[in-house]
Amino acid sequence: MSLEKLLVISAALFCCGLYAILTRRNAVAVLMGVELVLNAASINFVAFSHYVSRVIGGQIFAIFVIVLAAAEAAVALAIFLRLYATTGTVEVDTADHLKG
Amino acid sequence: MTGPADIIFYLLAAMTVGAAILVAILPNIVYSAIALLFSFAGVAGLYVYLSADFLAATQVLIYVGGILILILFAVFLSNRISDVKISNPSRFHWQAAFICLGLFGILSYTAVSTAFPVKAVLSYQPTTSEIGELLMTRYLLPFEVASVLLLAALIGAAMLSRPDGGRGRPAEMEEPKR
Repeated sequence: MSLEKLLVISAALFCCGLYAILTRRNAVAVLMGVELVLNAASINFVAFSHYVSRVIGGQIFAIFVIVLAAAEAAVALAIFLRLYATTGTVEVDTADHLKG
Repeated sequence: MTGPADIIFYLLAAMTVGAAILVAILPNIVYSAIALLFSFAGVAGLYVYLSADFLAATQVLIYVGGILILILFAVFLSNRISDVKISNPSRFHWQAAFICLGLFGILSYTAVSTAFPVKAVLSYQPTTSEIGELLMTRYLLPFEVASVLLLAALIGAAMLSRPDGGRGRPAEMEEPKR
């Protein structure tokens, strides 16, 4: 276990999340990618807080990331349900009603 | 150098990254959600190695127990079961794979080649009481802002998810039109 290994793991998580965000058309799968990216950022915060700095602030940041992810997931689920009730699908390509 | 702790660390890392790859590439979105569970659990295990015991428990409780259930609800409420084969189409495979692998290479090279000022002595202490103290003293304002944000997100989500967009009375709620 060292800082570099954790950074590489977090980079791998970030890239998997980015791949899911870029390729998926189902909005729920895009949300899963966003959660992976948030987890990668949290790992970085905690790893630097453990290995480099002497304060525990990185863990506090990770807790706030978890709180934000929870709020985001709840609102995103509500929006997906409205989208599904309106259009019958949750594909992100179909949600272009605001396009002129 | 290679003790049981290292072996478990590598197993956890492999589980986390492997499950994340499965989340990205599995065609069935229900399987993706289950793979996401293992990825979150692996991240919780990595937090234990980083001396973040409270954070590991929080990760299991909120991510695995809460957010993943929300995502599963979203999957089951927004996909017809008969559509599960085609419920998760994807696109831009090669371009996205090129971008992600390139970015992974750059990030990994940067992480390995940079000399970080790592502490000589690592401490493994219980962190819960310190986190509680900091949340009530130094990080009190972000804590309160986060609580207001959670309340707003809760009310907004409850309002948005009603079939009529919150205009009618709850007694008039009906099934969404298919």
